[in-house]
Amino acid sequence: MADIVKIVIDGREIEACAGATVLEAALSAGIYIPNLCHHPDLEPYGGCRLCIVEIAGMRGLPTACTTRVTDGMTVKTYGGELDRVRRDTLQLIMANHPSDCLSCAKNQRCELQKVTAYLGVTERTMARTMPEQEVDDSNPFFTLDRNYCILCGRCTRTCAEIVGVGAIELMGRGDQTRVGVFGDKTLMESDCRSCGECMARCPVGALRPKVNVVPAYEVLTTCPYCAVGCSIYLGMRDGRLVSARGNKDGGANRGMLCVKGRFGATEFVQHPDRLTTPLIRGDNGQQPADWDSVLDLVAARFKSYAPDEVAVVPSSRTTNEDVYVAQKLARAALRTNNIDNCARL
Amino acid sequence: MAGLATQFGSGAMTNSIGDIAQSACLLNIGANTADAHPVIAYQMEQAVRRGAKLIVINPRRVGLVRHADLWLRPRAGTNVSLLMGLCRAILDNGWQDDAFIAERCENFDAMKQSLEQHDLDSVAKITGLKVSEITEAARMYALNAPAAISYAMGICEWSHGTDAVMAVGNLAMITGNIGKPGAGVNPLRGQNNVQGACDMGALPGIYVGYQSVADTAAHEKFAKAWGNTSGFTPGLTLTQMFDAAAEGKIKAMYIIGENPMLSDPNSTHIEKALRKLDFLVVQDIFRNETTAMAHVVLPGASFAEKDGTFTNTERRFQRVRKVIEPLSGCRPDWLITAQIAQRMGAAGFDYASPQDIMREINALAPGFAGITYERLETCGGLQWPCPSVEHPGTPVLHTHLFARGRGRFMPLEYRPPFEVPDKDYPFLLDTGRALFQYHTGTQTRRVAGLNKFMSEEKLQINPKDAAKLGIHEGDMLAISSRRGSVRARAALTDVTPVGTVYMTFHFRETPTNLLTSPGRDPVTHTPEFKACAVRVEKVL
Ligand code: FES
Repeated sequence: MADIVKIVIDGREIEACAGATVLEAALSAGIYIPNLCHHPDLEPYGGCRLCIVEIAGMRGLPTACTTRVTDGMTVKTYGGELDRVRRDTLQLIMANHPSDCLSCAKNQRCELQKVTAYLGVTERTMARTMPEQEVDDSNPFFTLDRNYCILCGRCTRTCAEIVGVGAIELMGRGDQTRVGVFGDKTLMESDCRSCGECMARCPVGALRPKVNVVPAYEVLTTCPYCAVGCSIYLGMRDGRLVSARGNKDGGANRGMLCVKGRFGATEFVQHPDRLTTPLIRGDNGQQPADWDSVLDLVAARFKSYAPDEVAVVPSSRTTNEDVYVAQKLARAALRTNNIDNCARL
Repeated sequence: MAGLATQFGSGAMTNSIGDIAQSACLLNIGANTADAHPVIAYQMEQAVRRGAKLIVINPRRVGLVRHADLWLRPRAGTNVSLLMGLCRAILDNGWQDDAFIAERCENFDAMKQSLEQHDLDSVAKITGLKVSEITEAARMYALNAPAAISYAMGICEWSHGTDAVMAVGNLAMITGNIGKPGAGVNPLRGQNNVQGACDMGALPGIYVGYQSVADTAAHEKFAKAWGNTSGFTPGLTLTQMFDAAAEGKIKAMYIIGENPMLSDPNSTHIEKALRKLDFLVVQDIFRNETTAMAHVVLPGASFAEKDGTFTNTERRFQRVRKVIEPLSGCRPDWLITAQIAQRMGAAGFDYASPQDIMREINALAPGFAGITYERLETCGGLQWPCPSVEHPGTPVLHTHLFARGRGRFMPLEYRPPFEVPDKDYPFLLDTGRALFQYHTGTQTRRVAGLNKFMSEEKLQINPKDAAKLGIHEGDMLAISSRRGSVRARAALTDVTPVGTVYMTFHFRETPTNLLTSPGRDPVTHTPEFKACAVRVEKVL
């Protein structure tokens, strides 16, 4: 168990885990401090400077997300210079951020909106400093629109820290800073594995899904692809499966997904190629048939064989319950042990 | 997985995915984790960032290699030699865990004796590695505890696969890396529910929960519960089934959600076997090469259309939940099977829901007794064994005793692969999975975006080999083995070592398994996917 220390934030005494940052301590005690580049999955960064605080005995305005708590620390999150500097910082970010919030993919889920609202900033006071930026549309699942980018570095740090790929990085300096691929190539030409972990952590609309439908409801289930067993929320809207996202509490994946889970687990389900009727082979090849007669036929034929003349191959893709019933059919109804799955393959 | 079952008493992953964070050393062998189990690869990379050592053993420069402290690139098919060499180096240097060997294991002396033939010079000769590399890997693995080994089909899919798995077991036991968080032997399973399919008794010799069909008590229990059951003799394995079908001994088959025409080795043989069948029933959600052969095709429901559970590679039962009703005309697989059984006159198939089925599983399999839908509702899954509803599940196996009592060391010798390259077929063909497609592609190929990344099979060949044959990127090639020939375009990459070429089996247009070898592991009958000798020619 981590040691507990006591700190005071804005006059309130709270308990925090030793080793936590001031921002983590505040957020977990339910005290909001504006922040943008911080993400709980990523290492402390201190890039956006929105989380600045005053700490008794410390000079300047340290960033809460990179300062560790110490026992007895006294923190102030608002007032005087803090508010002014924070607003100026925000104005700098807003100057280069489009203001078409209503048509943005991230509208109402945007963290920049949240900070802006919290700080009560309603007007821009600075002119745009950056030129129009290129949109990287090469990936089939998500778009990198640098015009919306606030350079928080969450995406580039995710690619390095979470996924271990490092396909994207912050390139250039000053006005030229941008999220890019080495050699100014497109995402599709890069090492990008298309997992979308960057997109999942982007606070604004810079990395956004190409299919951007807000689901009416979500159902928690398990990804159907590999044996990692990622816990995944599938979203439904207007009778269609429209979204997938990782479940933070998933025992195996803790919220993470790969390209197949995030972008490949829904489209095939309602695909027009699905088999939707039983087929029986006759003189003219396989022909549609009704369930009743097909089931009768199968049952009658299965009954006509001796136990060692039949074999059952259940799927290593379907559910345990499906498999259990199949092996019970083999053993209890067909009386055979000729049953095997594709575990060896 | 027979190897681990022999040594430990259970063939499943000993530890948990979450354990990766606690390992001081990760040894990844015969796996392409970044492509085949991406989310596990992320967690390994994260552990490395926090200071864990990573050893990758693979002839191919797989994705994890870039994070590795040490990469050994042995000749393909020499795993047994290398792993026994690591054991030898550990013993020679006194890095073993004597207390663990003495208190928890048996048959050590026999294993030790077999190490005589695995002196490092011989191992170096067989594997093509330097003695110093082997020693360094042994040191890193043995001296950074806890250390975990993960492996996948690169270990199993050889005619000597069982031996290689047991060599892994030897290595873990000799260093005491069993039964502790962050340690263990972790076979990474392929498909989402391979573990579950085995757990549920879809194996010729066991009932649900690893109860032997040969066991009288088990037999009586199931005969009583079901009203009827099969005999005491284990049935045929998958590969034996196809052999028997080809010989006309198996007359009817019921295949659910599998496409052996594309996924199984030596597909000409499979096709012959399936054609010979008197009655073939195939249940699936899409048409594929196997449904095309069927007398009856039954439309099942996808994972999003039914309730149930999957069991992942770390023995974790997790809920699958119905998001939409089955498409019109489709039925959940359990219901189709149960309806067939009922029409055959069998009793005990009148399930109202998958939860009903799980209750029966709880009652009949002691290791799954505590895994109820009620509990799965409120937790992130339960890892078996979980013998009661109070039991929290088991993240780490063999903590005090091995499932079989003592861990059994196995003496092993090196055997070369079944088919090795020669003058006529000078390349070794390795097969595996890619990130952007899955298995035989019936699902992923219907996701338009995924096909942008990989829409056709490519033969990966080392640029040096390509130069010798005058092959350029994108050239159309004919790849032939003693069993058949397929076509694919060339992809030049040094991921693949000189002398080896690589393909997946995701594309029906390039049915790689026309080529693969009839070689099989003598115990598990696992096909030797990982090696067959081929010839590569440019198609002009
Ligand atoms: S959140 Fe602390 S600097 Fe951005």
